[in-house]
Amino acid sequence: MSQTATASKASDIEALRQRAYKIRQHALRMGEVQGQGYVGQALGVADVLAVSYFRALKLDPKNPEWEERDRFLLSIGHYAIALYAALIEAGVIAEEEIEDYGSDDSILPMSGMADYTPGMEITGGSLGHGLGIGVGMALGLKRKESASRIFNLLSDGELNEGSTWEAVASAAHWKLGNLIAIVDVNDQQADDKSSTVLNYEPIADKWTAFGWETYRVDGNDLEALVEAFDSALASNSDKPRVIICDTLMGRGVTFLEERDKNHFIRVDENEWSVALKQLDEAYGVQ
Amino acid sequence: MSAKKKLKTSSMIASIAGEGQPVTAAPFGHALVEAAEKNPKIVGMTADLGKYTDLHIFAQAYPDRYYQMGMAEQLLMMAGAGMAREGFIPFVTTYSVFASRRAYDFICLAIAEEKLNVKIIGGLPGLTTGYGPSHQATEDVAIFRGMPNLTIIDPCDAIDIEQSVQAMADFDGPVYLRLLRGKVPRVLDRFDDYRFEIGKAKRLMNGKDALIISSGLMTTRAIEAADELKEKGIEAAVMHCATIKPLDTEAILAEVRSNTDRPVFVAENHSVVGGLGESIASLLMKEGVSVKFHQIGLPDEFLDAGALPTLHDRYGISTREVVKTVAKNVSVEEEIKPTI
Repeated sequence: MSQTATASKASDIEALRQRAYKIRQHALRMGEVQGQGYVGQALGVADVLAVSYFRALKLDPKNPEWEERDRFLLSIGHYAIALYAALIEAGVIAEEEIEDYGSDDSILPMSGMADYTPGMEITGGSLGHGLGIGVGMALGLKRKESASRIFNLLSDGELNEGSTWEAVASAAHWKLGNLIAIVDVNDQQADDKSSTVLNYEPIADKWTAFGWETYRVDGNDLEALVEAFDSALASNSDKPRVIICDTLMGRGVTFLEERDKNHFIRVDENEWSVALKQLDEAYGVQ
Repeated sequence: MSAKKKLKTSSMIASIAGEGQPVTAAPFGHALVEAAEKNPKIVGMTADLGKYTDLHIFAQAYPDRYYQMGMAEQLLMMAGAGMAREGFIPFVTTYSVFASRRAYDFICLAIAEEKLNVKIIGGLPGLTTGYGPSHQATEDVAIFRGMPNLTIIDPCDAIDIEQSVQAMADFDGPVYLRLLRGKVPRVLDRFDDYRFEIGKAKRLMNGKDALIISSGLMTTRAIEAADELKEKGIEAAVMHCATIKPLDTEAILAEVRSNTDRPVFVAENHSVVGGLGESIASLLMKEGVSVKFHQIGLPDEFLDAGALPTLHDRYGISTREVVKTVAKNVSVEEEIKPTI
């Protein structure tokens, strides 16, 4: 790599790092409004969202329904807090909406729904829906000869659902090279660690065996994420792609990283300011 | 008849038509081809039941607009939702049992909650197969009636199916249609001014002694029963309620109120629990309309396997049984009794 390219890559990573910081900050501020929420997941997946929204996706923040956009489907509706943070950072949603997060008549309900929020493509939350909807949309885009792509963010817990695997098989059958699945593997679901509830490892081998082009990376390593997303998007293969991202819940806030992992992390009232302060420290913000 | 010969399950497997009844083959498939000629947004999708829901006719005409999704009903509904999101009008086919029991959550949240333009076509509704409970969708309407935004259509014959396919294509929103497949009887052509309209109940025959309100296959039976009852001196009116939800409350109330001395019979190819009968009973009660009320429908049981003619007699939905039920409850003697 030339010196210029190296420098450019470094500045790209730094820009993404700043985006990931802001996404985490927005998520914590929303969590504080309700006093609770899926902030552990949001902090964990922030880097993945930063790379998705600020490197991979084609979108027009002022026109979330732009026909030529890439479609980002959030099937894990409870991760809405994370996606709202990314959409705020991308300029799709106004930052002031944070104050009403999860409140009556807010456009930011606690579980993501298409009718409420600009940029929220589908109603998620009943797990195992997103990838199948993505298959239909990818088929539809092919019918229209559109160059747009479908991204679907799902979780390791969502791999428990049989409907997800119906979609995995179908996407390979239809050669949906315009479909990119992103799996957030934080090894945590409602009752326990995912590996304890219903172990899905070896996850990568399974997707590969189903006929997908498979990538597995540290989902909190921006350089690794950029490389995986760039490779997945540059590929000319007609196989659907999956980027499996191992993430750490609570990433960026030391006491949440260390707290016993829980699907629904509780944060005491006085801890939100500590969380925001620790996040600043992690990013070297004074 | 001499020694009673056992009927075979395979009798009537491809058709619910009576002997000598005029029929049309695969009316749904042909009507969809016709609608698709006019509207390039229509696509056909199935979960390994194309041939058995008459969608193969569409597949032959438009192979590039046909999507075989495999035996995966959840995926079928999700992918249908995805197609609709991209502006297409998918007609997705499976059996009613699988649509209602197996794919409910996917229809509910991926399609109905977002009012997506997906047409769900369910084959073998009610008791139209002798295969037993695995294939008999005796409770599909009960299951789907609770789902907001979903329109439920129960067509009566080939004519109703042909007209409803075009109506569905023109209608923006999710619809569930109970499909009669194969050789489907043509009965509505004797009513010159009949026209299927989503959300409308239509009176087909008038009569002062009884009112039969029916949907789907049971409208055919109700018409036949009314003809036979006439020979017995009983005049039965027949109202065809092809849209079960939203219910045409205005037309139903007007018809019932026009003569409250008539007992009302609601006839449906469905369990007596949660279908058209209870829907109309609740309407009449809410509106304070007091009439004698009877349900003609399938019992709240898992039904037997066997030959359809036998089963239709056994469970009271054959024409013969409809005639008996109506005649029993409309006695001339009762009519001339002074009211107290």
